[in-house]
Amino acid sequence: MRNDSRGLTWFSHIAMFLFAAFCLIPFVLLISASFTNQSAIVANGYSFLPSEFSTDAYRYLFDRGSDIARAYGVTVWITVAGTLIGLSMTALLAYPLSRSETPHRNPIMFFVFFTMLFNGGLVPTYLVYTQFFELKNTIWALIVPGLLMNGFYVMLMRTFFQSLPKALIESAQLDGAGEYRTLWSIVLPLSTPVIATIGLFLTIMYWNDWQNGMIYITNPELFSIQNLLNRIMQDVQFISTNLSSNAGSAMEQMPTDSVKMAIAVIGVLPILLAYPFFQKYFIKGIMIGAVKG
Amino acid sequence: MTQAATTVASQKEPRRTRKKNQYRKYAPLLIMMIPGLLYLLINNYLPMAGIVIAFKKINFAKGIFNSDWTGLDNFTYLFKTTDAFIITRNTILYNVVFIVIGTILSLACAILLNEIRQKRLLKGYQAIITLPHLISMVIVSYLVYALLSADTGFINKTVLPWLGIDEGIMWYSEAKYWPFILTLVHFWKSVGYSSIVFFAALLGIDEEYYEAAKLDGASRLKQIWHITLPLLAPVITMLTLLSVGRIFYSDFGLFYQVPLNSGALFETTATIDTYVFRGLTGTGDIGMSTAAGVYQSIVGFVLVILANYTVRRVSKDNALF
Repeated sequence: MRNDSRGLTWFSHIAMFLFAAFCLIPFVLLISASFTNQSAIVANGYSFLPSEFSTDAYRYLFDRGSDIARAYGVTVWITVAGTLIGLSMTALLAYPLSRSETPHRNPIMFFVFFTMLFNGGLVPTYLVYTQFFELKNTIWALIVPGLLMNGFYVMLMRTFFQSLPKALIESAQLDGAGEYRTLWSIVLPLSTPVIATIGLFLTIMYWNDWQNGMIYITNPELFSIQNLLNRIMQDVQFISTNLSSNAGSAMEQMPTDSVKMAIAVIGVLPILLAYPFFQKYFIKGIMIGAVKG
Repeated sequence: MTQAATTVASQKEPRRTRKKNQYRKYAPLLIMMIPGLLYLLINNYLPMAGIVIAFKKINFAKGIFNSDWTGLDNFTYLFKTTDAFIITRNTILYNVVFIVIGTILSLACAILLNEIRQKRLLKGYQAIITLPHLISMVIVSYLVYALLSADTGFINKTVLPWLGIDEGIMWYSEAKYWPFILTLVHFWKSVGYSSIVFFAALLGIDEEYYEAAKLDGASRLKQIWHITLPLLAPVITMLTLLSVGRIFYSDFGLFYQVPLNSGALFETTATIDTYVFRGLTGTGDIGMSTAAGVYQSIVGFVLVILANYTVRRVSKDNALF
């Protein structure tokens, strides 16, 4: 019934298959490299099939894994806290902006919107957070600067709230519900699509963030998994001094090249494993965000 | 009767008390907004005021805000160096390539996706091609390292010997290769994502257009050329203009993490964002980098306004404001 051209359909399949392979191949290389014997890597380089299979890298990381476990803990904590706080703040700001009764609504809208157009830049932001708030080397430095809430998400949520029938809010308030009650029991339950989308994007943003850690954190105990990876890549010495109990002699024994890749695998694995479950929402989210933005 | 009486009473009320009542009535709505507004004030507006430091000679002993004024010195120094030219050129050229080729690739990808009728395969392709967008730049830098490392990289150890080239290339110290590498990495990460944006727009096209074209005997390729592309034109224009508005900003992670912050690659990998960051972390000049940041904010702001103005003229609905 559809007016397809056979040739074009086949071409699409082949092209998309190749593109999908292109997207996946680097991950295969990464995972394979992490399972390769150190001497094989030195001889043959990283390859798509382990030339000599070995789990040394993972065993090594498992033995000395306290830093990795802590970095994981930091990442999970900032992701959960940041997403929850960020979502609450976004909803609390978006809801009054969606109500026409709110006094001074338009100036406040502009106040929110202008942040999407102009920013002070990195250096002034750094000075504000270090001179006025002394966030340096605290866990809050990983949560607060830049990531917690942004004008775009507020606008997105406000637009969604506005699309809900006004009569619902009015009837709830006739029944005696206050504003908080209305928001919590009427508006939010009806807004799960937009909350899920923004929540998912916040989660990904926090999980992947390395910039705040690089700017505000120098204490290795507060490194998130991304910062740990970052540090290891920039400085192989860091592995031998911070990830091993007996520095110095450790360098020769440790499977440096495969350990690097193994840590990266550990860093990316949760996302790869969780992706099949949330990819539907992720793709929907891209589509929602695309409408305005 | 009582209702009428209260209406009359409320009309008689002086204006000020009515306004006061309005505040009392909607106080919860105003209070609700406080955390969010406070955050924007601290995170976005205070740094805007901090822009003044670009006009000061930064002296950490005196404290940043008590440092002496120097007028435009920071800017004069910045624009006297070749750095200013290099970072501006890189930022703009990369963005131009990303916008032009990126749009074509994403569009092609969306059109091909639209030809795939098997629901499950379609979902599978969509899931895989958006996956790279989800990965942090730190991980991306590991993936690139696995390919390009001089001693152990896949390219030097496997691909080049296949091609009969025995001598490996020191990728991380040869600036001339990086425009290609970074462009490829950027497309790897972003084409799938932006093709979904176009695909969403494609889904909105009424199937009747295609039915009618088919009755007139148009081939599928002709349909794409004469129906799909013209109907997507507004979306393409809008997205392009909005990215033109952001042409002064670069993806900091791409230009900082992927080349592993290698100084030898400055010539082809430094952008305004990496320059500002290096100034802040002490490998550059903080006064000049603050000036570079302000230069970026202001030119960026003007460009966003211009781009939006142009979008408005093309189609009012698609404008940001």
